[in-house]
Amino acid sequence: MQDFGEAFGLAWSLVLDADADLVEIIGLSLQVSLTAVVVSCALGLPLGAVLSIARFPGRSAVLVVVNALMGLPPVVVGLLVYLMLSNAGPLGWLQFLYTPTAMIIAQTVLVTPIVVALSREFIQQLHAEYAEQFRSLCVSRASMVAALLWDARYSLLTVALAGFGRAVAEVGAVIIVGGNINHLTRVMTTAIALETSKGDLALALGLGFVLLTIALVVNAGVMALRMAAARYAYA
Amino acid sequence: MGDAAGAAASLPLLPVVARGLVFEAGGKRLIDGIDLVLSAGGITVIMGPNGAGKSLLLRLLHGMIEPTAGTVRWGGEPPDDAVRRRQAMVFQRPVLLRRSVAANVEFVLNQRGPAGKERCRELLRQVELEALASRPARLLSGGEQQRLVLVRALATEPEVLFLDEPTASLDPHSTAMIERIVRAMHERGTKIVFVTHDLGQARRLAQEVVFLHAGRVVEHAPAPEFFTRPVSPQAQDYLAGRLVF
Repeated sequence: MQDFGEAFGLAWSLVLDADADLVEIIGLSLQVSLTAVVVSCALGLPLGAVLSIARFPGRSAVLVVVNALMGLPPVVVGLLVYLMLSNAGPLGWLQFLYTPTAMIIAQTVLVTPIVVALSREFIQQLHAEYAEQFRSLCVSRASMVAALLWDARYSLLTVALAGFGRAVAEVGAVIIVGGNINHLTRVMTTAIALETSKGDLALALGLGFVLLTIALVVNAGVMALRMAAARYAYA
Repeated sequence: MGDAAGAAASLPLLPVVARGLVFEAGGKRLIDGIDLVLSAGGITVIMGPNGAGKSLLLRLLHGMIEPTAGTVRWGGEPPDDAVRRRQAMVFQRPVLLRRSVAANVEFVLNQRGPAGKERCRELLRQVELEALASRPARLLSGGEQQRLVLVRALATEPEVLFLDEPTASLDPHSTAMIERIVRAMHERGTKIVFVTHDLGQARRLAQEVVFLHAGRVVEHAPAPEFFTRPVSPQAQDYLAGRLVF
């Protein structure tokens, strides 16, 4: 076990020297989480928009389920995806287990409900404003969804950010389906968990700094964009 | 199918006939058995005190809301999508997309088929908004926003144009421009149904007046007759500037 001060110093030097292992782990983390967020947005945003304008029997029940899925425990998602992708599972033939693809799938399952639920809320507010005009113009469902998604674009950035935050910070799902294999499926959170258990606090702390910095930078970027959008009355 | 749609589109929309129109909300009867026939051409101004049901009547005619009882028929057809597609409505509070001025017009143009940029520019020129084409629509002044909403309605080339107090609290320049465009559309054959509170505006525009009170049509007369010899006590009070209960 390292001394706390020494661990801090070592962590900084790892970050400042762009240590190869550290860079590799950060790169894979970003690749996995960003891909999962992109896939989740591609699936979840249109679904959120459709849910915001569609009226059908059982809609309230669907909304309750989607909202509940926002709180899915990552380890449960990891376990379910593991069961699907393991050799004995229905998708075992894909041989995705213990690959970054499996991690992307698990994080997509985690993030998609967040994207659907939050985008549904934002878009529903916008739709309440546009509904009469759309009805008067006889706008088709497809055009309505496209217009709402486009006009809510700055609010939806916040949704994507929330999804990214969830993906990049979770450890339970990726450690089960990725296996935390060095140079293959080791990401920031799994590495932090491993290094901490080994007592190697320097790498864990270094990765912790990077995670916090990424969160800060992404939040600041999105906030700046939204402020710019508000100035133009686009938000 | 295409021929049927084409044939439907060529059938005259007017006259519009409302029979026994009732609309209730929250246990209150807001439109109370309206029978009304509006013929082709001309500018019909709907007047009445606050809460008389003017905006509701407009929405019922345009098919935006379903009546509790009674019917609306445009050339014999209910106000479904096919009918509404041949109409346009300008709401009192402008609803603008979170886009540029030009993009707002292009959105509507694209709903009716592919349209060139030139058509958009030409429309914006008509309401003196061409120079503001790239400006975010929601940053325009109230008058500019309402002109944009009107030009968006023009873009659909409607046979019937509903306007729900479009100039309420607008500057005189924008009001004059909106009235000029409304007259020009009327001259091109568009049926205008205009709700206003402004007596001066009603006198300037109306060819016939429908006067509502408490959800009922209490007077429906040619404008000169209505303004000089109103029959109903409610219209007489309204024109005399007295409060109408």
